[in-house]
Amino acid sequence: MKKDAVIPRPAGRRGGPTLAAADAAKLQPILDRWAGVPGSLLPILHDVQAAFGFVPPGAVGPIAAALNRSRAEVHGVISFYHDFRQAPRGRHLLKLCQAESCQACGSRELTANVERALGCRLGETSADGAVTLEPVYCLGNCAVSPAAMLDGELLGRVTATKVHRLLQQARSAR
Amino acid sequence: MTIKVCVPRDATALSLGADATARAIAAECQRLRQPVQVVRTSSRGLFWLEPFVEVETPQGRVGYGPVEAEDVPGLFAAGFLQGSAHQLAQGNVDAIPFLARQERLCFARAGLTDPLSLAEYEAHRGLRGLRNALGMSPAAVVEEVVDSGLRGRGGAGFPTGIKWRTVAGALGTPKYVVVNADEGDSGTYSDRMVMEGDPFVLLEGMAIAGYATGASYGYVYLRSEYPHAARVLNQAIATLRAADWYGASIQGSGFAFDAEVRIGAGAYICGEETALLESLEGKRGMIRYKPPLPAIKGLFGQPTVVNNVVSLASVPIILDRGGKYYADFGMGRSRGTLPIQLAGNVKRAGLVEKAFGVTLRELIEDYGGGTRSGRPVRAVQVGGPLGAYFDQSLLDLPLDYEALAAKKGMVGHGGIVVFDDTVDMAEQARYAMEFCAVESCGKCTPCRIGSTRGRELIEKIVRGENVARNHRQLLALCDVMVNASLCALGGMAPWPVLSALQYFPGDFGLPAGKEPAHVV
Repeated sequence: MKKDAVIPRPAGRRGGPTLAAADAAKLQPILDRWAGVPGSLLPILHDVQAAFGFVPPGAVGPIAAALNRSRAEVHGVISFYHDFRQAPRGRHLLKLCQAESCQACGSRELTANVERALGCRLGETSADGAVTLEPVYCLGNCAVSPAAMLDGELLGRVTATKVHRLLQQARSAR
Repeated sequence: MTIKVCVPRDATALSLGADATARAIAAECQRLRQPVQVVRTSSRGLFWLEPFVEVETPQGRVGYGPVEAEDVPGLFAAGFLQGSAHQLAQGNVDAIPFLARQERLCFARAGLTDPLSLAEYEAHRGLRGLRNALGMSPAAVVEEVVDSGLRGRGGAGFPTGIKWRTVAGALGTPKYVVVNADEGDSGTYSDRMVMEGDPFVLLEGMAIAGYATGASYGYVYLRSEYPHAARVLNQAIATLRAADWYGASIQGSGFAFDAEVRIGAGAYICGEETALLESLEGKRGMIRYKPPLPAIKGLFGQPTVVNNVVSLASVPIILDRGGKYYADFGMGRSRGTLPIQLAGNVKRAGLVEKAFGVTLRELIEDYGGGTRSGRPVRAVQVGGPLGAYFDQSLLDLPLDYEALAAKKGMVGHGGIVVFDDTVDMAEQARYAMEFCAVESCGKCTPCRIGSTRGRELIEKIVRGENVARNHRQLLALCDVMVNASLCALGGMAPWPVLSALQYFPGDFGLPAGKEPAHVV
């Protein structure tokens, strides 16, 4: 059981990885923006991930110190939620819905096809570092299953042909 | 005269190219020098027709769909601005049978208005509920909601008014209103449609809840999979503040209310109210023991109303038209209307808001038109990933909290996922356990360990390993999970498994016709 009471301690001040000076300067405004806001850890982590592309291990200490929580607690939150990643991802992020409505419309076959084409499984990045493939459990686009999301853009009635075309466009646009 | 053309900005419509369609219409108008106003509205919920374009004519709105960008020049050539015939024409929108037979209370404005226009919202009965509420005593507002018979639309079906009464009577300030917008069930999208298409109705409902219970601050806990909804809600909150409908003294009434949107981080369990509160506090989304109820000790230890999006979005009409008006819809102890979402392999997938009591068969065959693949319907899952799978023999069940519970099913959040005869129900059962393992918060053993053992047992049965023994063990495991899990994730994940075993034993290689020893 976790206790809410916070005992003053040198949270995150000792040990653990650290950030380079430039990255620390990038992190500070995020911590300042949320200072004093109740329950701010998730918004902070979202902002950090938006700024860095992932939550760098070196950011855990400063975040913990700012919130007067332990590094273990912050790490626990990062590792609990599917959205937060602790290492950089590929240049493009493709999420394929794996839930029931999409299963009823062929998402299993679609996923297998895309995995073969990218040469990586769900949760992995293609060898060329271009595309990270992730599972997602419902995008709320169930009326036009199967659904997917490419770099934040929602897609409906997805076919393998459509995915391959969009991925090719994304790669060449880069 | 300027002609008004409506193109939805709903995420599903966008996912099918509504932006490109809208741009193509604007470009064609410019080319032809036609004075046309393209308005981005919410969606009607006729998703098989998206992008669904509506033209305002003297005879009412005429619909065309699905309209892709390359169809646009042809539509202009056919004279669609006058509502002329075309192969994509769907006729007068209000007369489309799918829509005409619905009873839309919560979704009264769907497809009609610009989601972010407060003026249009007010012109369509918006803010009347909050105005009325502010003229009543908080206790009277609570009683109006009790009288409406409204039950939580998130899945648990707890009477909303009773919950409010508890919070109103709880000691402690501040109190909070928390919206559970973590719509994680596959096959559901009504919360998303409210937030993207009619955000003011949710925010109005929150303010009414705050007034009734003595809360002055609200949080919308929104899943990260809904970026469109986040943008719309944030803009809508800013609009309400600017118009003095949110703030330190709403319309000079002395009642203060404000709210903010908080984004989740991809955890199904955060749809469970206590896990959601933990997450809002910046912690792992681990569920809490109950009691204390969130109504007594919720967010940051304070009395908290936690309501689903559709529940709160149903409140303004109750305060506008009265609790009795709402309660006159429905059957038995299921009062009012339910926004039902048709999903999966169904021809006409979309939103059907009906009074309780409509049967699954009417929904799937009359509204849905059968499967999209054209093959026979084999299985239907009602109420999300924790809901039972039904076979053809149960399709005449009415959608009603008690009627479904009697068949070990649930209304849940009103999602219906249709599968055709190519579905492998053993694989669906295996997935139910796998999903539970992926999303378990890990606090209680039946869910954390049971889900993985359950998946393994199903795999063994399918492989033909010690079938009789593993079948018995699977039933015993489901018994433990149902009866000993702390929350609905572990407690209900066995229902899709048990129902698949009961109605589709052949898919597991089990002999048919033998009723499995049932879980208590």
